[in-house]
Amino acid sequence: MLVALSIIIDGVAYGMILFMISVGLSVTMGLMRIMNLAHGGFALIGGAIAHALTVRLGIDFVPAAILSIMTAVLISFALERIVYRPIYRLGELGQVLATIGVTFIIIAIVNFFLGSTLLPIRPPSFMTGSVTLGFKTLPMHRLIVIGAGAMVLVFLYWLIERTRFGIYLRASVDNHATAAALGINTSKIYAVTFALGAGLAALGGMLGAELLPLEAYYPLRYMVLFLTVVAVGGLGTITGSFAAAMGLGILDTGSRYLLSEFGTIVFFLAVMLLLSARPRGLLGRA
Amino acid sequence: MLQAPVISARAWKRSTYRFTPELVILLGAALAFICFPYDLGFLTRTLIMMILVLSLDLILGYAGIASLGHAAMYGTGAYAAGLFAIHVTQEPVLGLFAGGAAGALAAWASGLLLLRTHGLAFLMLSIAVAAVLQDLASKVRSVTGGADGLTGITMGPVLGMFEFDLPGRTGFWYACAVLLIVTLSLQTTVNSAFGLALRGIKNSPTRMRAIGTPVYRRLVSAYVIAGAVAGIAGALSAQITALVSIESYSFSLSAEIMVMLILGGSGRLYGAILGTLIFAVIQHVAAAIDPFNWLFVIGVLLLTVVFFAPEGLLSVPIRLIRLARGSS
Repeated sequence: MLVALSIIIDGVAYGMILFMISVGLSVTMGLMRIMNLAHGGFALIGGAIAHALTVRLGIDFVPAAILSIMTAVLISFALERIVYRPIYRLGELGQVLATIGVTFIIIAIVNFFLGSTLLPIRPPSFMTGSVTLGFKTLPMHRLIVIGAGAMVLVFLYWLIERTRFGIYLRASVDNHATAAALGINTSKIYAVTFALGAGLAALGGMLGAELLPLEAYYPLRYMVLFLTVVAVGGLGTITGSFAAAMGLGILDTGSRYLLSEFGTIVFFLAVMLLLSARPRGLLGRA
Repeated sequence: MLQAPVISARAWKRSTYRFTPELVILLGAALAFICFPYDLGFLTRTLIMMILVLSLDLILGYAGIASLGHAAMYGTGAYAAGLFAIHVTQEPVLGLFAGGAAGALAAWASGLLLLRTHGLAFLMLSIAVAAVLQDLASKVRSVTGGADGLTGITMGPVLGMFEFDLPGRTGFWYACAVLLIVTLSLQTTVNSAFGLALRGIKNSPTRMRAIGTPVYRRLVSAYVIAGAVAGIAGALSAQITALVSIESYSFSLSAEIMVMLILGGSGRLYGAILGTLIFAVIQHVAAAIDPFNWLFVIGVLLLTVVFFAPEGLLSVPIRLIRLARGSS
């Protein structure tokens, strides 16, 4: 019983992190139709700056977090302009290669400034404690992660379903050509969405530093994981990403608790079976 | 998608008579052997990489399958050859066959599933296959040596005649011979009706299906052949370095060989060979200067090729010649 509770709490927290990092990837790949393998790089950028600010400069977590998310958003905005615009018109293979190139460059830059060791983030005091439920203590960190993930979900739902920006975004996802013909400035929508995705990735990278440790090779190490979430969820759907992230988070945590030796293998075998049955993902559209 | 120009079989054959890559490889190898006798280890590694990149060229350049998990077959071949040498026999050529068979088997088993998917799912699953195998290799410590790698490989003389020597002369010529055989076989393959079908599938699977080509079966066959060649490359590296590490399955290897192929130009066998050579030399020089920022160099190289020479560096002189001819 306690094991099951631990699996669920840890799995849901893990799933929330995966959701925050991958939702931007799902939207960029679904909306802009580009193979973006560099997405984990934005999580690394956010985390690395947060590490530099909290550990090396001793700034408090909350202002450091806000500052690093803003930096990640600015960098992604610039990158979208300089690198991604020309990538849009390349074929699939060109996009894969170019974004791997961007990933390598991000890794090398982080490595140059911060080295290849672990990059821990000093958590704020309110995150380190734990909550007692009488029969079980829950780490505060997990609860905050779950809360933050829920807030991101609600925020995205509101943004997509209730705002003008959301209407434009949905129109661009569904039919880019028609949306553009109706006078929607799709390139602006793209740029804002891309930056939003990068900002969420940076947030997820920081909050998830305990579960997915940050270091220079982070974007390569977890690239498959993030792509898995997107592939399982289906391109361009936020609910799909959320369902996939939750499912994979609980599956991965559970298989690690119960079959610690072969957790990764069980995880990937399950994903392969699922994708062979549904190549477009859980909620992917044909 | 990068498109290989569609050339009729006859024209293709004619062009291969003018360009004899085998001769170039032999001359180049002999020249390298004479000029850099102290870098034989590096040269041998480059030859092995050429074999691996050639096998990627068959599926990516000719059939249009963009796999980012090609290390799966390379690593499987390497482990198979290493285990074969330890447990069965130390004869290297038999070991090559064992590695090739293991690579083909891995390609067949994974290809049956992988080739049913496209785009993102394919890309992700191809990486995942290599990741699962790497994880497996690091977990089954009693068989593979885990993270320490598979050690204790000793090889007998090649064909019972040529002992492996300390400076690596035998290893060099052994790898060179295998590269020649692989190049010739792949050249025959891509010029056959099967190879033409692959090129057709790359250009338009729908059209090929319409004229009655069993697209899926052709793709699986190509994947298995490429897997066998990649397995042979892995086996060679296991035999010559007498070590197999879990790095043989690493994503960086899969990504690097793709860079090598794109650098030289995919869809041409000598493009694969040239690209590997350029990449290896740049890596050798850059790593000697600063091993840590080597990744930065590859990153910039990748972006440069994608943006400025999407058909590979080999296409640059060809395009220049065409330009000169057009203007005169």
